[in-house]
Amino acid sequence: MALNKIITVRGKAVPVAGADMDTDRIIPARFLKCVTFDELAGTMFYDERFNADGSSKGHPIDAPQHAGATIILGGENFGCGSSREHAPQAIKRSGIQAVVAESFAEIFFGNASGIGMPCVCATHTAMQTALRITADAPQTEWTLDLKSMTLSCPMATLPVTMPAEPREALMQGRWDAVVELMNAPEAVESLSAKLPAPALS
Amino acid sequence: MGKTLYKKVWEAHTVGTLPDGRTQLFIATHFVHEVTSPQAFAMLRELKLPVLHPERTFATVDHIIPTDNQAEPLADPRAQTMLNALRENTAAAGIRMFDLPTGYQGIVHSIGPELGITQPGMTIVCGDSHTATHGAVGSIAMGIGTTQVRDVLATQTLAMLPLKVRNVRVEGTLRPGVTAKDVALYIIGKLGADGGLGYAYEFGGSAIENMEMDGRFTLCNLAIEGAARCGYVNPDEKTFAYLKGRPYAPKGEAWEAAVERWKSFASDADAEYDDVVIFNAEDIEPTVTWGISPDMSIGINGCIPAPEDAADNETRKARITALEYMKLQAGQPIKGLPVDVVFIGSCTNGRISDFRAVAPLLKGRKVAAGITALAVPGSQMTAMQCEAEGIADIFREAGFEWRLAGCSMCLAMNPDKLKGDQICASTSNRNFKGRQGSPTGRTLLMSPLMAAAAAVTGTVADPREVFASTNL
Repeated sequence: MALNKIITVRGKAVPVAGADMDTDRIIPARFLKCVTFDELAGTMFYDERFNADGSSKGHPIDAPQHAGATIILGGENFGCGSSREHAPQAIKRSGIQAVVAESFAEIFFGNASGIGMPCVCATHTAMQTALRITADAPQTEWTLDLKSMTLSCPMATLPVTMPAEPREALMQGRWDAVVELMNAPEAVESLSAKLPAPALS
Repeated sequence: MGKTLYKKVWEAHTVGTLPDGRTQLFIATHFVHEVTSPQAFAMLRELKLPVLHPERTFATVDHIIPTDNQAEPLADPRAQTMLNALRENTAAAGIRMFDLPTGYQGIVHSIGPELGITQPGMTIVCGDSHTATHGAVGSIAMGIGTTQVRDVLATQTLAMLPLKVRNVRVEGTLRPGVTAKDVALYIIGKLGADGGLGYAYEFGGSAIENMEMDGRFTLCNLAIEGAARCGYVNPDEKTFAYLKGRPYAPKGEAWEAAVERWKSFASDADAEYDDVVIFNAEDIEPTVTWGISPDMSIGINGCIPAPEDAADNETRKARITALEYMKLQAGQPIKGLPVDVVFIGSCTNGRISDFRAVAPLLKGRKVAAGITALAVPGSQMTAMQCEAEGIADIFREAGFEWRLAGCSMCLAMNPDKLKGDQICASTSNRNFKGRQGSPTGRTLLMSPLMAAAAAVTGTVADPREVFASTNL
């Protein structure tokens, strides 16, 4: 499977403030009633953005100055809660290409990596700098560079981190693992023969 | 230095190392449900790949299933579509589905252990974060995303990085009225909703060793709410006694061999941990959440904390957001807070022990006027057992709506939803904004005992006081 190598993400940033931004806030469960991911665009952070009558709550995502943003700036434990891949799918399908946050919940991180949406961590201080620049100058064009592991703009260059393995996978265009997982069928079968499967007895 | 169970199970299931450095991990047992699997089956079809080991995947319907009327077609056509997709996908692949008429349908994390499919020493995954539940028998069990569900269906393996292991010990004797749920909420409150990032939690210590299996399931279920992707308890005699005789448990000679094998996976006495945390069982009170993250909890006799008392600025801001959403005041005692709805159920507290613990408390009592009280067994097996033991009738007599098995109001993907800003005394696992189906609904997480106290008083109450005449 030829996948694109994901090395840089460029574009404007949008803040999604707060620690423990859970997947129910990223995509409320009622939007999970589907058998495809095709209609998830626009559902991201729905109840954070809209009142019950559909009127805007004035979330930064819907502010004109952040229109077309490609990078989310988040807090600690971003994506905590459910394993629903609908969460990163909704974000990606809404035009976001990367999330920069103080930390990520494991399952969300894995899901995002597996669909080619890098999630990188930055320190609290670095996040504060990025948030301040984005607040002062929302049109700022950022570059997330996985090679140098920086989030930069003309005003600042901020270090970011990511475990080596998913970073390699993204940069080499191997982020969808299924092809490589099919490369060792004999080893898988020999293990399967040794490890009992639950069976009615 | 010895090894942890986590390391032993990991090594036993390692296929090899992938070019990017991740481990290719063999998955012994895979569960699927209707919400996170249809896209995975569609991806397989697109790639023209078969399901490699259909005998290692088990399916059931739980999230979208109504708990009042399951006559088909379901009232919600989208729910019916999801149910149909699961039936078609599993039938085409030769995967066993515990469908509604089987008598074995239920929440995936209830039926796995009840059927004995969940066994020690296994790697167990499901497209559901509460898969951590299955770790209670001594397995590596974790939630995965849908693309990973596809990977497991196609290859029976996953690309993974190992977690660190934190030994979370609870020493001493739990006080009367304090349950596994209180222990879990207490631990999450102390270590934080993000405290377990990068870790698997090995729960141990005398309070855990003395805990019955259903309590251990509750505890491991909630590991993910403390950010630990897996939680587990070392397999012991309680584990083996629980599994013995269950439909998928080995029988006869195979049983003896399995027990010996399972024992070998338990952490060595001199196992090396990346971190150790020790709690005192006597310090744990009946615990309840007041906010919008599972770590925002207090003892039943506590007051809601003030933002200005927070240790850091982030916590202060989080408390302000939570108080605003919950419409509560800092300093307010949680006890006495009126509730609108009581929900006893979910993969956290919808097991037979939960209903057995509550039934004697409800006997001769009534749900307070104006309170909607739902009891939702986790599985059809639990439901039948409750009927057989007279438990269901006690709930009905007390004024509970006794429902059919499913996830129900834990995440409200079926018709069981809060309305407006109703407050729910809930035995479920998440108090996130909007979690119970209303974008302004409010959730207070608590044990089944405290939920029973809330049902009969109509307020947040201390079960030790409300049920003072009963031995808790």
